[in-house]
Amino acid sequence: MADSTESLLETPLAGLHRELGGRMVPFAGYMMPVQYPAGIMAEHLHCRAAASLFDVSHMGQAELVGEGAAAALERATPADVQVLKPGRQKYGLLTLDDGGILDDFMVANLGDRLFLVVNASRKHLDLPRIESLLPAGVTLKPMPDRALIALQGPQAVAAIATLAPGIAALSFMSVGAFTIAGVPALVSRSGYTGEDGVEVSVPAEDAERFARALLALPGVQPAGLGARDSLRLEAGLCLYGNDIDETTSAVEAALTWTIGKRRRTEWNFPGAERVRDELANGTRRLRVGIRPEGRQPARGHTPVHAPSGDAIGEITSGGFGPSLGGPMAMGYVAREHAGDGTPLELMVRGKPLPARVAPMPFVPHRYAR
Amino acid sequence: MPETKFTSDHEWVRLDGGVATIGITDHAQNALGDVVFVDLPEIGREVTAGEAIAVVESVKAASDVYAPIAGKVVAVNGALADNPGAINAAPTTDGWFFKIETSDSGALDGLMDETAYAAFVDTLA
Repeated sequence: MADSTESLLETPLAGLHRELGGRMVPFAGYMMPVQYPAGIMAEHLHCRAAASLFDVSHMGQAELVGEGAAAALERATPADVQVLKPGRQKYGLLTLDDGGILDDFMVANLGDRLFLVVNASRKHLDLPRIESLLPAGVTLKPMPDRALIALQGPQAVAAIATLAPGIAALSFMSVGAFTIAGVPALVSRSGYTGEDGVEVSVPAEDAERFARALLALPGVQPAGLGARDSLRLEAGLCLYGNDIDETTSAVEAALTWTIGKRRRTEWNFPGAERVRDELANGTRRLRVGIRPEGRQPARGHTPVHAPSGDAIGEITSGGFGPSLGGPMAMGYVAREHAGDGTPLELMVRGKPLPARVAPMPFVPHRYAR
Repeated sequence: MPETKFTSDHEWVRLDGGVATIGITDHAQNALGDVVFVDLPEIGREVTAGEAIAVVESVKAASDVYAPIAGKVVAVNGALADNPGAINAAPTTDGWFFKIETSDSGALDGLMDETAYAAFVDTLA
């Protein structure tokens, strides 16, 4: 490995990760723990059974303030931001004028402002893009002095609620301000593992104290990016840069549900022309779930063929699902091969591996609806 | 028990009566993490030294396993199909990958002994 790690950033929890035996790897410009001594498999299964703490402080956080902030943000996204009530959050896409996806993000209405979370690898593009679309009086404020910690799993909310009981009353995709272990925290009942849980934004200087307070709770163990990736793939959730990017559209990515109903009558978001055409006429390719037969995983960039031998697509994320007990993948295939159960051949190291299109999520979501 | 030798690709090799047994080292299995699948070579295949002939897949990634010596594949560890975790649990015993028959009694001469391999691994940290 010739790449220098000297220019890589660290999150406020880097010291804690090393103390816990985290194996640090470069990811999106940061040194991040890919796993701890328990290993990816054990960390993954622990999250599905109890509660796992993930450091996601590398992600970008920002506030949008000013009169008409929600309408202003809609210049950058097809999400219906104006419909969000105070204390509510939603997942959406930032789109480009040609309909490609700039990033996926979370937006919460905090009453007097909007709170945004974007991907680490894209924040240097997202924030200037949003800023360039803002009218006078609306201001975007990056929050580089914040950490973000996810606590995920069926025991996550009960565990953190011992420190701040009000958290238990949050419904899925709701947000609230709490004081947890003496730390002022913005809590959203959300996550990216398919499990119930919370993501908590705290001041960077309090992050380690806060993380230690969570790790001291019964049932809570640290988990790294490796487990986060296998959990989100089992949950059928897209990873920006793998499953969606500037070439894919919301319709191809099967993310049309992120386009607000009102926005589909107004058609005033970036890329609306392409999305409108694709909704009316269909796309050439679609994102689908794929289950390889047997135990052999097929990774990202594996070519997908029809049984006839014709090249029909490519896997964008693939691996082994510890909870699923077998291999799983998602990727893009030509529309006529996208139906559930359609037989495929995955060209793994030149050899065809039989597989089928399969519904996602591979492991059922357990959000607190 | 014949001496175990090591490659810089993190395979171990034990030559016994012209047949070398090959697997991956404890360092390698630890770096790979949980192994979920192994793609083993065909019995009877003639291989050259340094040729990628097997693949080990962990939850995280796929990695090639190389033939440390030239010869013919005479056995593969079929038990790994049902129990790939043996590679993590017992990399240098039950977790062996394949056996290569060689006519070259000096085939392992260029490989590292245990002390040299340990020193090599230390340089990677």
